[in-house]
Amino acid sequence: MNSAKVNSRSKFGLKRSVLMTAALSASLFIVGCSSNDNAVSGSVSNLAEFEIVVTNLSASQPMSPIALAMHNPDWTSFTTGEPASLALENLAEGGDNSTYLAAADASNNVFHSESGNGAISPGASETLTVQVNQSDLGTLSFSVLSMLVNTNDAVVAINNQSIASISLNETLGFNALSYDSGTEANTETADTMPGPAAAGGAQEGFNAVRDDVRDAVYVHAGVVTQSDGLASSVLSAEHRWDHPVFRVTVERTQ
Amino acid sequence: MKLIKKLSLAFTAAAIIVPASYAADLSIEIENLTRGTFFTPLAVAAHPDGTSLFSSGAAASTEIQAMAEGGSLTGIETFLTGIGATQDIDPAGGLLLPGASATANLNTDGTTNTLLSVVGMMLPTNDGFVAINAINIPTTAGTHVFFANAYDAGTEANDEIIGSGDPGMAGFPAPAPVAATTGTGGTGVAATAEGFIHIHRGVLGDINATGGDSDIDSTMHRWLNPVAKISITVN
Repeated sequence: MNSAKVNSRSKFGLKRSVLMTAALSASLFIVGCSSNDNAVSGSVSNLAEFEIVVTNLSASQPMSPIALAMHNPDWTSFTTGEPASLALENLAEGGDNSTYLAAADASNNVFHSESGNGAISPGASETLTVQVNQSDLGTLSFSVLSMLVNTNDAVVAINNQSIASISLNETLGFNALSYDSGTEANTETADTMPGPAAAGGAQEGFNAVRDDVRDAVYVHAGVVTQSDGLASSVLSAEHRWDHPVFRVTVERTQ
Repeated sequence: MKLIKKLSLAFTAAAIIVPASYAADLSIEIENLTRGTFFTPLAVAAHPDGTSLFSSGAAASTEIQAMAEGGSLTGIETFLTGIGATQDIDPAGGLLLPGASATANLNTDGTTNTLLSVVGMMLPTNDGFVAINAINIPTTAGTHVFFANAYDAGTEANDEIIGSGDPGMAGFPAPAPVAATTGTGGTGVAATAEGFIHIHRGVLGDINATGGDSDIDSTMHRWLNPVAKISITVN
């Protein structure tokens, strides 16, 4: 994904999110209303509905459109200590969640998956309303992934978090860590990061070459930045972050 | 080392009610989640309620100091034996590399060891260590995941230059795998020992491999917590 796309989504993401939520609420009585539902079917009475709010807690790291999956515990987006999938690499290097969502849609372990409506700016939130069959509640887990776009390959994730115990009207909250996908060297240059901090450079997203310290996912060490002595970096102190990077709340509304 | 005693009445009552539930066959996997920080040999121990290896905010014991400054577990092992702990020392068989995992096995049958602690020095740091400190061992069968943070023992100035692993001596030891990733010739980051155990503030480092203030590499050796994933499987 190029930066123009990220920026335009960032600009309109919130408004579209609100509209989408309203549209979903209005269409509750229409079975299979969402174009990328791959498992929800049946009448309203046997659906469980969730309002999921993702808030970007960073100072200056826009988050790429989130990838959301509602699934059973057998679906895992990544495992620390092991190489990233190609789908995770696409998301972590370029903010492109399409490969990940296609894989989720194709999996029998995933009840529902969808993309966020746009990038989430620092301090901003996005709300998604999703449904699964009530019969899936017993094994229900969820995952939310997003790239920190002013990085080489940082992904913020809730990875296979169980919400199987959630009851009607209950709200659960989770804090997300940032991970280094281990697929791209952390050069912090304008040619290698897709976010707005790299404006003027090539802003490359995905690149199949894997040249980080090792080809495995690990907890992100943060960015060094030019402000802190890395001359080749186009990042400054404001682009640093600490954990948690995003907060997600899951409310079961039906 | 300070031994924290809890109200003996409560402890006695609990022991009378559920003595058998303390028995457990445990596998404890420790995964190094960092980008480029090594863990020295780890001490993994189940120990009795009311005991602990350290307390945040308090001065480190000599045993914690020796572990955090140089990776020595001799004192820790003696202390754990003294309190009747079930222990697995150095499950990784040496350094636990960045991204690597090791599994310790503990069988607490016949003991009252209901708490779990894991400690090990982090390299390159002056007196940083990864720790899980006296958490309740889960009793239900299955795998339970915990995350471990980095602590600073507060016993040595964080000058960030290669030096000694002996307690009270400046600098950090750099065995070959660590030395392959660190610099040399640093003049030393200005710092003083803090005097109490706290969550580590992280390392400064620099990108000068043959000089600068620090022998630590800012692009390789920094971390954000958590630094380790601890998966406890109750068999």
